[in-house]
Parts: sequence; C-alpha cells; structure tokens
Amino acid sequence: MRYAMAIEVNKCVGCADCVVACQTENNVPHGYSRDWIVEIARGEYPDLYMHFESQRCNHCDDTPCVRTCPTGASHIIEGGIVKVTHDECIGCGACIEACPYDARYFHPEGYVDKCTFCDHRVADGLDPACVSVCPTTCMHFGDLDDPDSEISKLIRTRENYTLIPEAGTNPQIFYLK
Amino acid sequence: MEEKLLVTAREIHGLYPHVHIWGFPIATYLFLGGLAAGILLFATIYYIKGKEDEMPFTVKIAPLFTFIFIMIGLLLLVYDLHHKLYVWQLFTTFRIESPMSWGAWTLVGVSIFSLLWPLSYIDDIEEYLHERGWKRLDWITKFIRTLEHKCKIFRFIVLFFRKHRKKFAYILLFLSIILGIYTGILLSAFNAHPLWNNSILGPLFLTSGVSTGSAFVMWLSNNKKERTRMSVIDMALIATELFFIIHMIMGMQAGPEAFQQAAHLFLGGEFTVIFWVFFVGFGLVLPFILEAMELKGFHIPPALPAILVLIGGFLFRMIMVYAGQMSEYPL
Ligand code: SF4
Ligand code: SF4
Repeated sequence: MRYAMAIEVNKCVGCADCVVACQTENNVPHGYSRDWIVEIARGEYPDLYMHFESQRCNHCDDTPCVRTCPTGASHIIEGGIVKVTHDECIGCGACIEACPYDARYFHPEGYVDKCTFCDHRVADGLDPACVSVCPTTCMHFGDLDDPDSEISKLIRTRENYTLIPEAGTNPQIFYLK
Repeated sequence: MEEKLLVTAREIHGLYPHVHIWGFPIATYLFLGGLAAGILLFATIYYIKGKEDEMPFTVKIAPLFTFIFIMIGLLLLVYDLHHKLYVWQLFTTFRIESPMSWGAWTLVGVSIFSLLWPLSYIDDIEEYLHERGWKRLDWITKFIRTLEHKCKIFRFIVLFFRKHRKKFAYILLFLSIILGIYTGILLSAFNAHPLWNNSILGPLFLTSGVSTGSAFVMWLSNNKKERTRMSVIDMALIATELFFIIHMIMGMQAGPEAFQQAAHLFLGGEFTVIFWVFFVGFGLVLPFILEAMELKGFHIPPALPAILVLIGGFLFRMIMVYAGQMSEYPL
C-alpha cells in the first residue's frame, strides 16, 4: 500500500474549499492550516500563465522529518502516511526545520501538527476531506501500489511534477499539468 | 518571470514569512556545547599524555566550568521546547538517525563525568581559587568537603573516580568528541535549509568549538607556559577556521541557485556586515593578530584575544542559526 495524491493544476480554481474542509474535519485551531493554496504566475506580458497549487505535507518517501525526530513521535504508518504522536512529541522543532515544505507547525498546545491524509477517513474507505469536497474534482487520492487504481493510471499517463524534487524527499503528491 | 503567492492566509507563528522557530537559546546551547567539548578535549588529552602538572588549569580546573556550561545549555534547551512536560520522552528511546537523540544521551554522560572530574581535584580547585583571589567562591569547595565528610556514597564515588581516573579520561575523551561533532553537525542534518546543507559546516563548528575552548583556558589560566601553548593552538585553529569559511562560501557559490542565494546572505545580503566585520574581523583575525603579537613579546592581556574569540564563537552560531532558517528552497 502506498497512498498518494494527484492534483490537476489546470482544473483548480483556488477556491480554498479544501483548506476549510480540512480545518473543519480535523479541528484545526483558528488561524492555523494543514493545507494551503499557492498561486503561481509566470511568463512575460502579454504571455502570462497562471495556475493554483493546493499544498500540504507530501507524505514523502524519504522523510527528513521522521529521521531527525529524537523521540520517534514522527513516524510512518501503513500506506506511507507520515504522522505525529502528540504524547511523544517534545516540541523541539527538529522536524519543522527538516521539512522543506513548511508542512508542519506547532499546535497551540505545544506538540507538532500536520496533515494526516485524513487517515481516520481513509481507514473507513473514504477519501481525505480535502479531496472529497473539491468542487472541480481536481484532486485524486489512492494507492500507487495498485497499478489499476485511478491515481496510478493518472500518474502513468499524464505529465506531472512534484515540489522541490532537489530536496531529495521523494514527495508523494503529484501535480498533473 | 515566475511569481508565487500564498493565497490562503497562513501566518502561523514561526512559519511566516520563513521558518523561524530556533533562536537565541539554540545558538547559545550550541556555543556552550562546543565550548564544553573543547575544554574537555584538552583536559582529557593532556591528562592522558601525563601533562597534568604542566597544564594544571586545563586538566584540573577548567572541567569544573564545563559542568556549569552544560547545565545552562540544558536549561536553555528545555526552555526552548514547546511541549516541555514531555521532555522525558527523549530518554525512552535512542534514535541513531537523529542527531538530537544521540546529543541528548551524550549530554547525560558528559554532565555526569564533567561533574565527577573536578570533584576529584578538589584540592587543586581550592588552591586555584585562592591564587586568583576568588575567596568568595570558597563555599563551593567547603560544600563539597562537607558532603564528602557526611555522605558515604558520595565519598565512595569520588574516591572510586579518583582511583580509575585514567579509564574515565578515555570515556570522557570519547564523549567530548561526540559532543563536539554533534553540536557541529546538528544543523547540517537539516537539508531543507541550503545554508546548513554542506559538509564543511560540521568541521567548521567543531574547530570553532575547540578554539573557544583553548581561548577559555588561555583567559583564565595562571600559568604562563600553559597560556602560551594554548595561544599557539588557538592560532592554528583560527587559521583552519578561516580556510573552512572561504571553502564553504566558494562551494555554495559554485552550487545550484538555492545555494548561491545562501551564499548571498553573506555576500551583500543582510548578514554581510555582522559576518565579515564582527565575526571574521573581530572574532578571528583580530585575536589572531593579538596572539601573534603577544608571542613576539608585545604585552597584551591574554583576556583580550580570548574574550574576542569567545564572542566571535557565539556570534557565529547566532548568525548560522538565524541565516540558515532564512535560507530555503523556493516553494
Ligand atoms: S512534506 Fe515535510 S512533513 Fe511531510 S513527509 Fe515530507 S518532509 Fe515530512
Ligand atoms: S517537534 Fe515533536 S515530532 Fe517534531 S522532531 Fe521534535 S519531538 Fe519529533
């Protein structure tokens, strides 16, 4: 099992429904967010292009955050989902420094918090909250180890990229062009 | 042209506009850790070489300070945790891949030994305090003597340590090397920050830590020969540091864009003045010149170059902690 996400950037309208859905589903404290939207504009006038990226923890294959955690609070569960056990976290911030994507933050209660791929929903066979609310259905979630899953096919057939590949973390969120 | 813009608000404290969660406590801790490692390195090496009486301050007295430094460092470290009550979780596991984990365990070892070491030299410490005229600190030795008198287990431990000091010296030497390396490579374990992501930073931190250790001895020793020897060592260490610094910045300049941007922080960017003038100028080059002049026979109070080196070492860590967090891959 290897959970991953594929996001069609040209379908995304930047409505931020995914951000709100996550905050509601996961009780994210006010003023914090586990996912966020970035607008990318490129080209020279008049040839300007723009697209949106919905970003979050990439549930990387090579996880510097888990590696540097001194207590084992940051760990990887079934399907490659990267999680933090709150009662084991001492709030040292090593994992925050280690993540190239700023995907982690200190919860007001002191421990580190981040996207969980909604593992509580996934365990019930549902999609993560962000994926399920997207009004343009630009996000897809599934198992990469299964060659017949929708996400495997999408990544196989469509041109795609990941964020900051040079950091060597091997991200598992793919942006489809 | 490419422009990236955060659309949804994410002004989370410590993340926006760039990661900034480590500051003064971590920098000071790295400084004190490196300093302690440097002092203990000299103490154990000279002890093992049998130079106890030639280098009395280095071997017998200086380790007393390392215990204090390490305790202050540990307090700062715990103070900096965001989930403090769970700090004991550090000691429920050992994670070889996490420098912080082996750092935590090393610190336990170093603090125990760096306490026992000076306890076994209590006569010499007393003599030193008198020589320096620090009579007000007498209570320290008095307290230890009373303890030795009243508490059997304590006396037994101190005697045991005194008897097997040689064996413990090897252990402490090993631990201080780990401590020095660990405070050096801690930052370079965080590849997400291009400035920290280079192989020279570790050796540079280690050299700088040992250099602050030698400066400390040079400052407080009462023995002229010992001071001269330390100042020669310190000059060699400073020269090595300068070499590493040039090498590091040239290496970053030759790297991909994110690394060039990291180098730019020191070459025109906002850390240029503090790095070159205050750290390299006043913290390395000036003390080097002063130490050289002293060797040539000019009268220079040893405290002057020593304090400059110590301040420089501290500044270097502050700069690296702050600048490193500003150096990120563009999202
Ligand atoms: S995105 Fe960051 S927090 Fe998530 S797995 Fe990768 S390195 Fe860890
Ligand atoms: S902040 Fe918590 S999860 Fe992150 S490295 Fe430290 S102990 Fe581990």
